[in-house]
Amino acid sequence: MKYAWYPGCSAEGNSLAYDKTSRMIAEALGIEFQEINDWNCCGATEYFSVDQLPAYALVARNLALIDAEETPQVIAPCSACYINLKKTDEKMAKYERLNLEVNEALAAGSLSYEPGSVKSRHFLDVVCNDVGYEAVKEKVTQSLAGLTLIPYYGCYMGRPEDNFDHPERPETMDTLLKTLGANVPDYALKTTCCGGHMTQLSAKASLRMLHHLLKGADKLKPDAMVVGCPMCQLNLDAYQADVNSAFNTDYQIPIVYFSQVMGLAFGMDPKTLMFERGIVSSQPMLEKWRSAEPAPKKRKRREKRDKNALPMPKPLET
Amino acid sequence: MTLEPNSVYERIITELPDGEKLKSCLQCGNCTGSCPSALDMDYAPRGLFALIAAGQDDKVLRSNTFWYCVSCYQCTVRCPQEIPITDIMYNLKHQAIEKGLYTTDAKDFSKTFIGMVEYFGRSFELGLAAGFHMLHHPLESVKMAPMALGMLSRGRLSLIPARIKNMGQLRAILDKAKEIGAQK
Repeated sequence: MKYAWYPGCSAEGNSLAYDKTSRMIAEALGIEFQEINDWNCCGATEYFSVDQLPAYALVARNLALIDAEETPQVIAPCSACYINLKKTDEKMAKYERLNLEVNEALAAGSLSYEPGSVKSRHFLDVVCNDVGYEAVKEKVTQSLAGLTLIPYYGCYMGRPEDNFDHPERPETMDTLLKTLGANVPDYALKTTCCGGHMTQLSAKASLRMLHHLLKGADKLKPDAMVVGCPMCQLNLDAYQADVNSAFNTDYQIPIVYFSQVMGLAFGMDPKTLMFERGIVSSQPMLEKWRSAEPAPKKRKRREKRDKNALPMPKPLET
Repeated sequence: MTLEPNSVYERIITELPDGEKLKSCLQCGNCTGSCPSALDMDYAPRGLFALIAAGQDDKVLRSNTFWYCVSCYQCTVRCPQEIPITDIMYNLKHQAIEKGLYTTDAKDFSKTFIGMVEYFGRSFELGLAAGFHMLHHPLESVKMAPMALGMLSRGRLSLIPARIKNMGQLRAILDKAKEIGAQK
């Protein structure tokens, strides 16, 4: 099946690394996709919180631009984009009045959207549940064995409702990272909020939340935290130094996207995976991975028989 | 319980899909216990819902509670009465802006963000940060310089905003949506 692709605004700046590597992974896994022509911003959490109807109309324009016959599902790598596309489609399907009003607004731009015709999917969901762990495993040429990676899901992979994973105990990324060969500890705060836009509004509140997450992660001695959302990545990565100076700590945890570590495991050149875009350096993780023992070669199917061993019993000749 | 017309309580119930579930609030406090921002709020969610039910609209709309909401939906998934708490917080922001009652500059952040989207069709991180922080706390924004430079040097902050091609179409859609919204 072919998917529509909604990159989201941060794909062009902040999370270019995520955008580029997730396209590389999609290609490697044979996921066919087509970017929505002339897509616009999903409004993040800002638009919905101030003016509901234009916020729905803003998102619905993207859904209306998709040819539902050709691509009945849309992939969003960003969790906030995913949840906004999904929420708009589902609320329009559930509330007839909202559906009529949004379509009336869309008509002003000669567009229309039939709720339920395009299903929104997170890229992680498509990788793990459509492609599947078995197919991912087949692509692994350079196991991540020896690396301790903490999966951090944030809010929107499981919340608010009927998303692709459990609201508080998700497993998708845990299983994916284990499939890549990494050591995956159980991180109790994997769905605790990173603070979202709070870094822009209250340093005190946001640094406290980030400190909480980093402190919990640091105890597990990770080589990196793995995320699937540009907002989570930005907050944990770019504000880690601020957390260190505010709480007198010295956390140096690289925050990487799952698509980047998949690239490593798939044997792609680390230089093309844009690890250098992280504010906290990923070099220690990469060096550890490079110096790791090469995986033992597959054992021969049958061991040679020891000449001195006792003969195998044979059936009696009659 | 009778509802005062146009009270905060009544507006939540009539304006919001599933808003009437607020009537079933048990005051159990799961929302407050789950909230990552509760420490910074002057009324945590459970307390705020008690104020709403008691008709203390002025206190409700002047509180910083909903401006500190980070939209994590933890309260919503844990609420035993399935009250759409995060959506209620959004609705309260809307009501506070409408009445001109707000105590934080979080509103301006949202408005600046929306302004970018309405002008370019895309969000523009540098413009957002500059427009918001330079205007509201120019002294504080100096402290952000090292982080901003780190982002710039790694190519993570575009200097030029991206703009969609069919901006006229998007504007027409948004204008129409605002017109319909205003009639309600």
